[in-house]
Amino acid sequence: MDDFLAARSQMALSLGFHIVFSCIGMVMPFFMAVAHYKWLTTHKIVYKNVTKAWSKGVAIFFATGAVSGTVLSFELGLLWPTFMQHAGPIFGMPFSLEGTAFFIEAIALGFFLYGWNRFNRWFHWFTGLVVGISGLLSGILVVAANAWMNSPSGFDYVNGEYLNIDPMQAMFNDAWFSQALHMSLAAFVATGFAVAGIHALMILKGRNILFHRTAFKIAAVFATVAALLQPLSGDVSAKDTAKRQPAKLAAMEAHFHTQQSAPLIIGGIPDEKNNTVRYALKIPGLLSFMVHGNFTSEVKGLDQIPANERPPVAVTHYAFQVMVGLGMVMFFIALIYYTALWKKRKWLESNWLLRLFVTATPMGFIAVEAGWTVTEVGRQPWIIYGVMKTADAVTPMPGIIYSFYLYTAVYISLAVIVTFMLYRQIKMVEKLYDIAPPDKPSNP
Amino acid sequence: MLNVVMIYLWAAILLYLLLGGADFGAGILELFTRRANLARTRKTLYKAIGPVWEANHMWLIITIVILFVGFPAIYTTMSINLHIPLSIMLLGIIARGTAFAFRHHDAVVDDMQIIYNRIFVISSCITPFFLGVIAGSAVSRTIDPYAANFADAYIFSWLHWFPLAVGLFTVTICGFLAAIYLVGETDNALDKGRFIAKARTTNTAAVISGALVFVAAYTENIPLAAWIFDNTVGVTAISLASLSLMLLWYYLYKGKVRIIRLLAGFQVSMILLTLTYRHFPNIVLLKNGKYLSLLEHRGQDKTIEALAIALLAGSIFILPALFYLLYSFQQKPKAPDSVKEKYTG
Repeated sequence: MDDFLAARSQMALSLGFHIVFSCIGMVMPFFMAVAHYKWLTTHKIVYKNVTKAWSKGVAIFFATGAVSGTVLSFELGLLWPTFMQHAGPIFGMPFSLEGTAFFIEAIALGFFLYGWNRFNRWFHWFTGLVVGISGLLSGILVVAANAWMNSPSGFDYVNGEYLNIDPMQAMFNDAWFSQALHMSLAAFVATGFAVAGIHALMILKGRNILFHRTAFKIAAVFATVAALLQPLSGDVSAKDTAKRQPAKLAAMEAHFHTQQSAPLIIGGIPDEKNNTVRYALKIPGLLSFMVHGNFTSEVKGLDQIPANERPPVAVTHYAFQVMVGLGMVMFFIALIYYTALWKKRKWLESNWLLRLFVTATPMGFIAVEAGWTVTEVGRQPWIIYGVMKTADAVTPMPGIIYSFYLYTAVYISLAVIVTFMLYRQIKMVEKLYDIAPPDKPSNP
Repeated sequence: MLNVVMIYLWAAILLYLLLGGADFGAGILELFTRRANLARTRKTLYKAIGPVWEANHMWLIITIVILFVGFPAIYTTMSINLHIPLSIMLLGIIARGTAFAFRHHDAVVDDMQIIYNRIFVISSCITPFFLGVIAGSAVSRTIDPYAANFADAYIFSWLHWFPLAVGLFTVTICGFLAAIYLVGETDNALDKGRFIAKARTTNTAAVISGALVFVAAYTENIPLAAWIFDNTVGVTAISLASLSLMLLWYYLYKGKVRIIRLLAGFQVSMILLTLTYRHFPNIVLLKNGKYLSLLEHRGQDKTIEALAIALLAGSIFILPALFYLLYSFQQKPKAPDSVKEKYTG
């Protein structure tokens, strides 16, 4: 592995790690706010217990997300100094504002986690909500910075110099809205399905039914609403990508040849040497329709992109298929769940519906990682699309491979410990959070 | 607007040194606590820094964001040539933050606590040490952007006695700040006495390691003494710091919590002022005699303006919330509201 590949791997690892924790950190507070609200209005103790149990998990995930995020703000410079030297002053605005949002989040989290029985109950509830809102804002701002790399604006690039910088225009670049919308919904889908799946498993095991049913319902509602909306936002993103980054769209769809009535290619093995896709399902005209709203329009293929400016096709295509496939599965689970809620109440009592949610536990996060791969690998070889190549941005320091090994070891250990701790949290629900009423011996 | 940004940069560094420093210091003190007192020290420490530790470390993020947005050349030069100490510091930050959260939020309390504690304590020492090394390297004229070989470019940019001495000095300052802070955080006279004793020890250690910084500077031909004593600001600041040192020992003896906190904060501010004033506006002194300056190596005007507005606007939200957080956890908790709990679904 050369230094360039090591630097890219380390960045991918760090972001891939951080994205999971930041999704959980920005979504869980909303779940807690709902449970907490129900506790304050109904005084049913199960809601308080769910809020407290979740907040323990959030404290762990938030700390891990916060430190891995701190590391990223340095890694940008440690690994990509040339990029930061030029990009920092242009796309710094969302980062400056994100500093504020993140700061507010940390302050609010202090109030929320340590504020039980200390403050006015509604002030305490409000601080929990602020954690969620500022977390979501942080996420949106960071994604706006990433969107700038896909859709650079707010400067003039003249003879290798970056002139007439306008930080506001850079922040509100063409891609920020579609990317931020897609990522925010993805965070709700991924976290919602993961949490709902874990609680569904515990219901199936017959443990602390009331506690887990309460928790499951809150998570499942958030997850499924987001899962139903996500295809719409995906459509916005795809159309937007087709306009701004035809190379990325072509790689996602493994669309090698520019043609009218372009088919949608599902699955298959892209062969980058011979510019074909083998064993794929092709639906004639559908790609043209999805991109331009017309079954006969022309869609630009990879053949229009100079060979040295093409992203890796296979990785981008596979990742895209995984994301869309899992997104569709979760979309249908959401449809089934709402059918159950409105028309077939007895499905809610059945085990198969719960099993469906258990199966879906990791799907959202796999889709998030796949989607992240699509947007990052699909932008290659550029770090600033059309302006600076990733290879020109890397640090001159040799030996990055050792740094990559070290970070890999650290992040794997952290992932193992966090999983282990989550397992222990769930195991302890019985003792800590499912307290039977004082006059009755045990829970139902 | 440039002035606003520079003031925020200095203030963020100072606040990180004070608040983040006391936070690191809590872990350092834990290392030097007798086994019999460990459980109580940990409890005090958790009560004191639990609600505020995440916020304390945000000042580092603010610092780094100001640097990479407003002064990218300074950020990238340091990122390249100080890659190794920065990476070690980052690993320390990861280890410390997670170990602290894990040890307090793990649902089961068992032998894993030993591992969390050990990681927490070790990383609490390593992280501020390397922060000090980085700060020391910035002004010791050892960073060489044109170095021809690996060792000169990436190792000897920071591996010198002066940066190492500054690292040690930073660690003792952190321990000192933590001890001063914790004096006011205990609920009994015994622990208060212990932290007063620790404050004296760490203060003495800080003075000694401060002297070592001068020795290291002398052996490596760094005109540290001249930087401090050839200008009125330096002389005034260092005299005030020394004067307040005497007051501090007196009030430490009296056990006056608020006064010693103010004095300790004042001292550290004066030290930072002396060390930065003489170089201003230069932040990094390079080996070839050149320097990286806040005035010359800054972003375009529009960038600086946007950054200043973002910082000012952010402060409107952050500062009141932060003061209220720090203030309210100093107060005794009020009695919980009584609520009739319902046990049925």
